[in-house]
Amino acid sequence: MPTISVDKAALFKELGRDYTTEEFDELCFEFGIELDEDTTNSDRPIVDGKQEPPQLKIEIPANRYDLLCFEGISLMLNIFLGRKPLPNYRLTQPAQMEKIIVKENTMKIRPLVSGAVLRNITFTQAGYESFIALQDKLHQNLARQRTLVSIGTHDLDTIKGPFTYDALPPKDIKFVPLNQTKELDGEELMAFYEKDRHLGKFLHIIRDSPVYPVIHDANQTVCSLPPIINGDHSKISVNTKNVFIEITALDKTKVEIVNRILVSMFSQHVAEPFTVEPIQIVSDHNNETRVSPDMSPRTAQAEVSYINECCGLELGPAEVCELLKKMAYDAQPSASSPDMIDVFIPPTRADVLHQADIMEDVAIAYGFNNLPRSFPSKSGTVAQPLPINKLTDIVRMEAAMAGWSEVMPLILCSHDENFGWLNRKDDGNTAVKLSNPKTLEFQVVRTSLLPGLLKTIRENKHHSLPMKIFEVSDVAYKDLSLERKSRNERHFAAAWCGKTSGFEVVHGLLDRIMAMLKSAFITGEEGLENPAVSDSHYWIEELEEATYFPGHAAAVKLRIGGKVQTIGAFGILHPSVLENYELKYPVSTLEINIETFL
Amino acid sequence: MASDMTSPILDALSASDAPILSSTAFPSTPSLNIKSALDRLASRDMVKYDTIDKEVVALTKEGDEIAANGSHEAKVFQAVVAAMDGLKIGDLPGIVGKDNAKLGQGNAFKRGWIKKDKDLLRATAESIVDETREQLLTVQKTNTLDDQKALTDLKRRKLVSIQKVITFQISKGPKFAREFVKEETDLTADMLVNGSWKSAHFKPYNFKAKGAPTPAGAFHPLNKVRQEFRNIFFEMGFEEMPTNRFVETGFWNFDALFVPQQHPARDLQDTFYISDPATADPPREDPPNDPHQLRSAQLTSSSTTTPEKPRDYQQYWDNVRQVHEEGKYGSIGYRYPWDPQESLRLVLRTHTTSVSTYVLHKLAANPRPARYFSIDRVFRNEAVDATHLAEFHQIEGVIADFGLTLGGLIGFMEVFFAKMGIHQLRFKPAYNPYTEPSMEIFGYHEGLAKWVEIGNSGMFRPEMLESMGIPKNMRVYGWGLSLERPTMIKYGVSNIRELLGHKVDLNFIETNPAVRLEKD
Repeated sequence: MPTISVDKAALFKELGRDYTTEEFDELCFEFGIELDEDTTNSDRPIVDGKQEPPQLKIEIPANRYDLLCFEGISLMLNIFLGRKPLPNYRLTQPAQMEKIIVKENTMKIRPLVSGAVLRNITFTQAGYESFIALQDKLHQNLARQRTLVSIGTHDLDTIKGPFTYDALPPKDIKFVPLNQTKELDGEELMAFYEKDRHLGKFLHIIRDSPVYPVIHDANQTVCSLPPIINGDHSKISVNTKNVFIEITALDKTKVEIVNRILVSMFSQHVAEPFTVEPIQIVSDHNNETRVSPDMSPRTAQAEVSYINECCGLELGPAEVCELLKKMAYDAQPSASSPDMIDVFIPPTRADVLHQADIMEDVAIAYGFNNLPRSFPSKSGTVAQPLPINKLTDIVRMEAAMAGWSEVMPLILCSHDENFGWLNRKDDGNTAVKLSNPKTLEFQVVRTSLLPGLLKTIRENKHHSLPMKIFEVSDVAYKDLSLERKSRNERHFAAAWCGKTSGFEVVHGLLDRIMAMLKSAFITGEEGLENPAVSDSHYWIEELEEATYFPGHAAAVKLRIGGKVQTIGAFGILHPSVLENYELKYPVSTLEINIETFL
Repeated sequence: MASDMTSPILDALSASDAPILSSTAFPSTPSLNIKSALDRLASRDMVKYDTIDKEVVALTKEGDEIAANGSHEAKVFQAVVAAMDGLKIGDLPGIVGKDNAKLGQGNAFKRGWIKKDKDLLRATAESIVDETREQLLTVQKTNTLDDQKALTDLKRRKLVSIQKVITFQISKGPKFAREFVKEETDLTADMLVNGSWKSAHFKPYNFKAKGAPTPAGAFHPLNKVRQEFRNIFFEMGFEEMPTNRFVETGFWNFDALFVPQQHPARDLQDTFYISDPATADPPREDPPNDPHQLRSAQLTSSSTTTPEKPRDYQQYWDNVRQVHEEGKYGSIGYRYPWDPQESLRLVLRTHTTSVSTYVLHKLAANPRPARYFSIDRVFRNEAVDATHLAEFHQIEGVIADFGLTLGGLIGFMEVFFAKMGIHQLRFKPAYNPYTEPSMEIFGYHEGLAKWVEIGNSGMFRPEMLESMGIPKNMRVYGWGLSLERPTMIKYGVSNIRELLGHKVDLNFIETNPAVRLEKD
């Protein structure tokens, strides 16, 4: 969730009263934003010899782009409090509309452009800073770090339309970038900003393209090189009167959302508030010729019965419309049906997709905590554990009753921990591998519970010996036959660490668990069947595996329902395995697949 | 017991009206033996005693010998006198022994008792006083010697030594008796057989000490909390979902939940993507005989079971694409080109809601009231710190029914959280791509004296449900919280690594008390 800082005194002035921190926190809570911090009583930084005035740091829900700046928060809270009416956002009708002519070449790199003009704007210093900050917030969030959308703003009085949006070879684009003095071409610019802390991270978006997007004015002055940087020539300042906004993009929906948010927020500061001067986009090659932005509200209908059912309320259409006004909608009972209301969704509310969103705003306006509370007990349902979890609990219980302690290591581990350190080879068909882990600690999904048990022993050197630990949990395997190309398997594993190997001890634990799962032990010599449990038998066979000390490992064989399978193994770990895991004492382990017993 | 002094002590005490001194009553018994007997008697209040520490002079072995037979020089003198006419020096060792000859000859010269005449020794005194012997006899008798100079000399000659002597002054205790009955420390099977338990005296139990440590296994504390939550769900009629599936597709983890493909949660920064295996198949029917299927459908009584509609996975896939790309079911959608390949990317599930989605899609074939829950591991590509691990447990609940209201969700949460001892809740509007309305649940924490966020909840979006075929008038609550966070708050654990993973202290696991959420 984005967090924004607003000047406390200025906001309270806009809201027409002072709030205590608790009162303001309560207001935020009801409205659905979160007061993170009030810096009144904290050490605030000193900027240019002056201490920063107290700030309110407010967390904004990720879908409310209209609350990402001071202008938006103060307006929406004032509307919520009933102190201000809904703004009537509208377009002016200029004698001559500014124009952006789009060249087909832009299809190769960044095909969409939009824009607007804020005419006769008056910035205060705070308003100007807020304008810049909102662009940053939009770039970070909705625009996905400028990949999808990027904004350029210009002092219209320094440039002259019509503008062209083209894509040219980097060498052919020459201009002085914002706040620089030297002219650079596209290639030089990439080198120049390579190490830049702020801009460096955006270069990849176009760097390897044969053509870079560029916006020129009628005099071939470079206005911007989207999505990296504007030209110095047309830069705006607090004194700029007329702002030309161009927005380039890959995403058709988001480019208009960004446009509407930006101009609606700052249309508060133009001579005739809430008016925006549209521009003409000429883009016949991709059917994107249009006038932009569209500031008209989106009309939608909502069912009063649906809203009431979801909220558990019995409101009339007019009451619903009143509540919606607090949330910055214009709404009225519909002529088409007594159960319908017509809702006019302002251009700032891109998050409203469905009447569910309108219903939620009714509930917020009513107050979540004021809703009549009930208990949804109409229908009886039957509680039921997942069979594998029920089986797991049986095994866990038996292991703990036998005196073993349960541990919960991580499921992700390194490739070495899962294979090499256990003297196991990766055949490439076993483990699920991660493509983008942040650390080498997490490279694969474990295929065995042993690495976690051994790491637990390693981290518990201070514990008295012997250590007896177990885990019953999932491992995952590649399985190309399935939709998700992998499957989990529930394993039981235990490890003994002591001054002696504990080989018979883990063997004994196996016997105990098998007995509790009604599986009878048979030896090769006896071959006896126990009629009481004739459906399930197990036996062990000597196993040669590099994980274990030679001659001291066994495979666990199970015949269940007439089918014979190997369900696991136990043994004394090979000293080289101990060394890999930095273990100084002998360890014996047991690991079996328990899914067979389902 | 040969060295058992209990009877002699009791005898001596009963013969005397006054306290007795062990040094007088039992001069030759080692004090350790006396002390152990006294302790046994005192523990039963039969005697009282005080310990008197004293330093005494005692003879060494050599001193004993001299006290009995005279000093070396005296022996030499006696030998010389006995020879009548002088004793050949060479014959002396033969008569008095080598040691006496060597030490005694010099001392006898020094004292002027004998003299040398060529190779003969002759006596020069008529008679002598053997002072050394006299002194040693005094020490033997009185354990002291007044002549400090002589005492120092004797010490130097290692004929006497200073010893610490412990003496006990013993008197009768309140429960004095002539006879000491042996105390038994435990009731044994033999006593039951021979009946001796009836007359036996038992040693009092030490009620100030702990008992013998009992060997015990232990469950992991986090799993104990998990069990409490599972019980709460079972008490409220919930069925457990098959979350034994770590690897999911972009489709089930995101797209089917109406999470747009450009959503930040789908960033490499947040989600673990799978490099091997490479790509998933589009959604399709589960393999037959999967033992992990929900059982509830089979439990429904046959009279009320409506046959399930066949599931059309292609239709579901198309619905999801359309609702993202163009909008459907009264939604305008996100209006972006939906990429099927993105949907087929494999991920480690970032939430168990992927499984809820899968289960709800099953439910859509026969929509009926249902309650589902799960508590299982989820994965986030997070940098690890005190409050973040790349893995944690998500607790998730789902209720599907007709006519559910938001007030019902709030009312349900009040009961749910009251079962774990949280009685004051409030609800904040929030945003979540797959629920609308979305509510963050805050609980008042008495200990911290503040409101703490304890979970997220909401009603699943129509875009998600109707794509599956859930009818419009059926609504579905979903809520979730992490298992670790409430556990950390309840038990004051500040570092998540002390709770989950291999760095957890085994002693913590083994000594953590039983979890009782409603009381703790």
